[in-house]
Amino acid sequence: MIPTNYYIVLSAILFGLGVLAFIFKRNIISIFMSIELMLNAVNLAFVAFSQAMHKLDGQVFVLFVIVVAAAEAAVGLAIIILTARNRQSLNVERVDLLKL
Amino acid sequence: MPLLGATVNGLFGRTWPNKIVNSVAIGATGLSFLAALEAVREFFLLSPEQIPWVRQYFSWIEAGNFRAGFDLQVDQLTVVMLLVVTGVGWLIHIYSTGYMAHEGGYYRFFAYLNLFMFFMLILVMAANYVLLFVGWEGVGLASYLLIGFYFLRKSAADAGKKAFIVNRIGDFGFMLGMFLLFRTFGTLDFFKHAGAGGALGLFDKAAPLSAEAMGHLGTLTVACLLLFMGAAGKSAQIPLYVWLPDAMEGPTPVSALIHAATMVTAGVYVVARSHVLFMHAPTAMLVVAVVGCATALFAATIGLVQTDIKKVLAYSTVSQLGYMFLACGVGAFSAGIFHLMTHAFFKALLFLAAGSVIHAMGGEQDMLHMGGLSKKIKWTYVTMFTGTLAIAGIPPLSGFFSKDSILLSAYQSENGGPNVGHILYAAGLFTALLTSFYMFRLIFLTFFGKERYDEHHVHVHESPKSMLVPLAILAVLSIVGGWLAAPAFWGKPDYFAKFLEPVFAAPGASEAGTAEAVVHALETPLAIVAVITALAGLLAAYWLYVKQPSKPDKLAKFFGGAYQTLLHKYYVDEFYNAAVVRPLMWLSTNVFWKAVDVSIIDGAVNGIAEGITVVGDGTRRTQSGNTRSYAVWVVVGAIVIVAVIFWPHVRPVLGVVR
Repeated sequence: MIPTNYYIVLSAILFGLGVLAFIFKRNIISIFMSIELMLNAVNLAFVAFSQAMHKLDGQVFVLFVIVVAAAEAAVGLAIIILTARNRQSLNVERVDLLKL
Repeated sequence: MPLLGATVNGLFGRTWPNKIVNSVAIGATGLSFLAALEAVREFFLLSPEQIPWVRQYFSWIEAGNFRAGFDLQVDQLTVVMLLVVTGVGWLIHIYSTGYMAHEGGYYRFFAYLNLFMFFMLILVMAANYVLLFVGWEGVGLASYLLIGFYFLRKSAADAGKKAFIVNRIGDFGFMLGMFLLFRTFGTLDFFKHAGAGGALGLFDKAAPLSAEAMGHLGTLTVACLLLFMGAAGKSAQIPLYVWLPDAMEGPTPVSALIHAATMVTAGVYVVARSHVLFMHAPTAMLVVAVVGCATALFAATIGLVQTDIKKVLAYSTVSQLGYMFLACGVGAFSAGIFHLMTHAFFKALLFLAAGSVIHAMGGEQDMLHMGGLSKKIKWTYVTMFTGTLAIAGIPPLSGFFSKDSILLSAYQSENGGPNVGHILYAAGLFTALLTSFYMFRLIFLTFFGKERYDEHHVHVHESPKSMLVPLAILAVLSIVGGWLAAPAFWGKPDYFAKFLEPVFAAPGASEAGTAEAVVHALETPLAIVAVITALAGLLAAYWLYVKQPSKPDKLAKFFGGAYQTLLHKYYVDEFYNAAVVRPLMWLSTNVFWKAVDVSIIDGAVNGIAEGITVVGDGTRRTQSGNTRSYAVWVVVGAIVIVAVIFWPHVRPVLGVVR
């Protein structure tokens, strides 16, 4: 059986990649996907711990995270589509309307 | 009850027609007069042990062993004041409906007037100094509001402010006196009553002390002098009298109610109420007597040359108040209160009649532009003449009896040496002469002689009934008011003094016992002298202003300097302006405004504002508006939080040792 440490390290690596992509990618869809990556890294850690400790709580949380991720995907994609329509671009550098 | 009237009128009166405002205001005061009558009837049913009757409504301030309750008390002194205040107040309310009929702010006027009545009743019925002070300040407020009633006129607004500020000076003394009394006696209640846990009241504690216990310059003397300072402010005595003549800027009924009949007598009331304390402070008594006497004389001389009909009456009021203080100062408290009562009648009468004259003349107040009015406004003339006879002290009108008893007491006073009393008496008598003179001067200038106004512009007309009826009632009161004390002349007991005797028991015992025989021996000659003086004043005025109208001008020229001094009221206003107002202005401008306000307070405020601007400039740069930069901040924040949480666990692992 694969030791839990491996899972945790893999999860950490995936999460770190997600963070880096989240910061450095310019395409909104890439950023979006990096968020999904971070979520799933966390999911992996949850499941690993759940198996190691013989408890179901972690898996229940994973289901919650998947549900929230689905909802987020729906909202996020809607926002992306609207942004793309309004500015003919998916570059986040050009989304700077938050400043008045 | 008047408070209810004030509230109703103040809140809703704006939209109501005058008639409803009238009925609310008059109804409220009328009912309180009836309530006062009922209270008096019940009062007479009480047995002597139950007097003073005290009822506690609720505790107002409680702190440590200090307690000030909303306690009302009724004793003989209160009864007199109660009847005077509500009775005269009611008449003046009725009068005002006629006088103010054409003025704007009708409802406001009555709301203020009712408010005043409420506070005045609190003042006279209070059972401790704190509640008394509430009423005291309340009437001051109402007085300020009413003096400044024509607030669009700068002089009226200024007069209101002046009255308020001058009163503040006196109130300062009053409060200090109050604190000192509390420190000495541990209570501010007048008498012991149930609510204070049976604790002795102020006066119960003070009464058994001997005069020497406190020494002639002891605490009690200081406290009395401070209280008297407050009284002098409210009752317009030297040196705080300057506000009263200016207060004549208010509507005439206000002058009559507040600045003649009731509020200004509050000071006298306080001194009389505190008589237990004053009896133990002979020095303070002497000061009261001398100040009262000096004010009486001083104001009477100014009154000689004033030409504004209301100003003459104002100075006359100041002078009569001086009389009352003189009476209190020589220990004749009941005489002082008696004069207070008769003065309330005839001075209210005079003011209202003067108001009627002004009304008739269409707003003219200068006596030099009147004359020959006696035929045109007969009722006003008759009532005003009655009032003048009363104030001049012509028997058998009320002023004669009250003034005479004051002069008698002054003559007998031995406080501060045997001659002081005689000097006070002489000054008082001379004042009586002056009083008689200037009052008849007023009458002759106003009602006799040639008409000195423009017939075509001024349509002289008699006032409406609502003004004349109160005048007539007050005139009757001015005539008969003194008869309460009349029996004293043929050796019978003086009803008024008898009635007040339980209150002023202490002075009565020392005086009446020894000097009874002397009193009656002296009474008649002194009375005759007083009457002769009054008649002399009358004749002098008659001779100068009716027989030889050109004489006064010649006299004025002859005594040029003196005349000018009097005309400018001894330059007291100018002196105060230079001595008090200017330095204060300078202090305010240079120290408080330029130094304290601008550099310290404004500096602090502006400094804080500038600091915030700097911080804001810094943080503004973080708000680039770029979504990605926000994302970076989120990550940084997350890393920081994680670091903070895990640092304690990670540190030993990394082998970091401090």
